[in-house]
Amino acid sequence: MTLDPLALALLVPVVAAPLLVLTPGYRASAWLNVAASALTFAAAASLFVIERPLPGDYLHIDDLNIVFIVLNTFVGLTAAVFSATYIGHELETGRVTTASLRFYHAMYQIMMFGMNLALMSNNIGLMWVAVELATLSTVLMVGLYRTNEALEAAWKYFILGSVGIALALFGTILIYMSAQPILGEGLPSMVWTNLIGSAALLDPHMLNVAFVFLLVGYGTKVGLAPFHAWLPDAHAEGPTPISAVLSGLLLNVALYAVLRFKMLMAANAAAVAPGPLMIGLGLLSLIFAAAMLYRRRDIKRLFAYSSIEHMGIIVFAFGMGGPLANFAGLLHMVMHSLTKSAIFFAIGSVTQIKGTQRLADIRGLTHSHPALGWALVIAVLSIAGMPPSGVFMSEFLVVTTSFSRSPILALILVFGLLLAFGALLLRLTGVAFGTPTGEDQEMHGSLVPLWLHIALIVLIGLHMPGPMVAWFQSVAALLG
Amino acid sequence: MHDLSFDIAHMLAGSLVLVSFMMIYQARLYALLNAFAMQAFLLATAVAWQAYIRDAPHLYASAAIALVFKAIIVPWALHRMVQRLGIHREIETVVGVVPTMLAGMGLVALSILLMLQLTETADSALAREDLAFSLSVILLGILMMVTRRNAVSQVVGFMSLENGLILAATGAQGMPFVVEISVAFSVLVAMIVIGVFLFRIRERFDSVDTEAIEQFRGEKQA
Repeated sequence: MTLDPLALALLVPVVAAPLLVLTPGYRASAWLNVAASALTFAAAASLFVIERPLPGDYLHIDDLNIVFIVLNTFVGLTAAVFSATYIGHELETGRVTTASLRFYHAMYQIMMFGMNLALMSNNIGLMWVAVELATLSTVLMVGLYRTNEALEAAWKYFILGSVGIALALFGTILIYMSAQPILGEGLPSMVWTNLIGSAALLDPHMLNVAFVFLLVGYGTKVGLAPFHAWLPDAHAEGPTPISAVLSGLLLNVALYAVLRFKMLMAANAAAVAPGPLMIGLGLLSLIFAAAMLYRRRDIKRLFAYSSIEHMGIIVFAFGMGGPLANFAGLLHMVMHSLTKSAIFFAIGSVTQIKGTQRLADIRGLTHSHPALGWALVIAVLSIAGMPPSGVFMSEFLVVTTSFSRSPILALILVFGLLLAFGALLLRLTGVAFGTPTGEDQEMHGSLVPLWLHIALIVLIGLHMPGPMVAWFQSVAALLG
Repeated sequence: MHDLSFDIAHMLAGSLVLVSFMMIYQARLYALLNAFAMQAFLLATAVAWQAYIRDAPHLYASAAIALVFKAIIVPWALHRMVQRLGIHREIETVVGVVPTMLAGMGLVALSILLMLQLTETADSALAREDLAFSLSVILLGILMMVTRRNAVSQVVGFMSLENGLILAATGAQGMPFVVEISVAFSVLVAMIVIGVFLFRIRERFDSVDTEAIEQFRGEKQA
């Protein structure tokens, strides 16, 4: 029997983590980390071609989560490549020790394992455990530098994340209790495919309350306002490859959990519609984060707030529902992952060159470092929603669908988008143009992952491949 | 239905809420830790009682974990930590005792109203009331985390919240053991994480007050 790629995508990180702890020398472990991530990505990508395994009690693969898994492992791989070229310099400047680097690489794989498991799980209990695992491993990585600020950020992230995750568990228990009279005691009542199959029979009142807990709980991890307080700090104080993974992947995993339960709610006619709640939280996050963008003085915090903004847009789109809005939400999620992680790759190099994260000290990058500077310009313009990026396409879709369905909401949405656009453009001109100032150290971080992401973003923006469109359409229909 | 075994389960779950209230107004860290140990002990008893009346032996494991880990090891470790840090004098509460107690009562009333209405159709009265009590404990735990600034008492608040979760999980009939183990396990992991943090924080700062390290990138002055 050939090795099941599903199992492989989970096994590789698990095996790699202890190996990475034992590997002496950060260069070897950094590239081992890359190799493990590449293998995981290959296994995940093969899910497209091989026949899908039948859903079990614990794991399953369907049209929805395969998109998330492949995206997850892909960005995991590029971030690992970037990290391998980036982290050596952190060691030279004494921000980390060799011992903490071993730990860092092991945690990287454990986080990948947690995220992949959460995405593949067919069991709401297992999904909860996996999200918690991914959270804890990122908490440890955020605190890696051990500066006062890093510890504060990690502590805040840990406390808020734990409360969120505790509320999500309460919601999970409520879902189980609503399913238990119908599906019977024990494991069957926690299996996702069973739940969705008999969603119409579940007690609607119980589902309503459960969904509120799940939305607030997992929503904290998505970074939705007003539960977002951990996000900017965690992004700003952790190592930059981790900021890329946090924004690009971990937020998506939490979002995926919310989507699963949203599907459950949608399948039960008597339950309250989940849409308005999500629309409200989404718009609040968008407006709040867009306004906050203007006051940022730190480059990593700036883009962390931009992540909150985009999560708001995505949650809004899924809250609107319907094939077109769901399609836009999915596309926006994929584009945001690729673009935001590209931006963080660029910022990693920028902060190493300039030796600071202060926006005021970073000037004229396109003059001093054209390849890096222009990549940053393209990536930031993309995330701000300029054509020809994929973000423009998805934002355009969200705006047009909401105009046709509810013009007032659309106006608020457009206002938020423009607000954020202005802030990002304002900051970008300072960073990218003008006379270069400040330090000018050697650049270590590789530009390959950055340009690879940009190529993908522009390609998808210019012409989305036919199979991808068809695929997203089928998933959008699935989401209801 | 309303026999002695039900009354005992009811009493144990209710006393968990009571101890939550005690924890809210404890001004000293040692007293707070003792109250937490008591709550964990009550939780262990409540879970063991459920295991007995429902004839569900796997719940004994959850009870044992709660007893050994949460009622003995963790309070002891935190006790030592507080001693070493020399912060046993008092806790700074952000809000006064009276408003906190009032808020606590409001939360309990809210959770009971919500849960009893919600589970009107549920088959067993025990599950309903357990759920109401456990939501109360969870909300009181969050309240405590919000009203305290000291890292140790925030940790205690979080663990008391977890007590409520375990109570809810045992109240749900036949909830797979997978989840219970994982809850216990995650508490363990969480403790390790917290321990690591606290030790590092102690190395770095004179105080474990989380407000003392809230200086971020020059953005905090507003």
